[in-house]
Amino acid sequence: MDVILFLIFAVVAVVCAINVVVQTHPISSALSLVGVMGSLAVLYLLLGAEFIAAAQVIVYAGAIMVLFVFVIMLLNAGAETKKGRSYLIPGAPLLIVFLGLMAYYVQRYLFPESAVVRFGGFTGGGPKDIGNALFTTYLLPFEVTSILILVAIIGAVVLARKEIE
Amino acid sequence: MMNAVPISWFLTLSAILFALGVAGFLFRRNIITVFMSIELMLNAVNLSFVTFSYQHKEVSGHLFTFFVMVVAAAEAAVGLAIILTVFKGRSTLNIDDVNSMKH
Repeated sequence: MDVILFLIFAVVAVVCAINVVVQTHPISSALSLVGVMGSLAVLYLLLGAEFIAAAQVIVYAGAIMVLFVFVIMLLNAGAETKKGRSYLIPGAPLLIVFLGLMAYYVQRYLFPESAVVRFGGFTGGGPKDIGNALFTTYLLPFEVTSILILVAIIGAVVLARKEIE
Repeated sequence: MMNAVPISWFLTLSAILFALGVAGFLFRRNIITVFMSIELMLNAVNLSFVTFSYQHKEVSGHLFTFFVMVVAAAEAAVGLAIILTVFKGRSTLNIDDVNSMKH
């Protein structure tokens, strides 16, 4: 059952990711990226990361992608007119061979068949556990994060504002 | 016999997504699509973090994923503001046309 679930959503993720790269129109790429993020959220649930799955859907697929779509609409971005670089054609088989070798190595030596994922095998990913770790062990990074967000907000406002003479 | 997924499958999926993100980053000309490829790479890395977190039965990986999401959100806000500014000045989204620092 777990394998079927994994295979379905892994295939959806890979197909959507390929679509992100090959589509010429940015809005098609953006919608495909939402598909990747949604299927990754299901895989997070399979790995027992309930909080991260919810955050993935809300923050990534919800907030960040809406920002992307807004900018695409605002700039009225059309399809790419110039063709991409042509050395993709010799590059693609090379990339596939390299990935295949890496996958073989990982499968053969680093993670043999005994290391498996079962749904429910890890239950420490709920909001309670996340919050517990976030406000004890990772308190300082969490506070620094708030400064980062503040800087990002100010930066975005300064960059996007209208020049006043 | 097949009711459990090997951990290596998750890592392989993560590597495939990351490679596709790199390919999009290198070969696409539209600045917004380049930006979305970066998001794709960040997502691939997040999947690795959560997988390792499962393997070690440890919640730290989820926290790193959380921080990556925060950084991605900040990066999207600032990056898209930069894209808006560039578009206002040059009326183009093609990264080949934004090359004044090359000369």
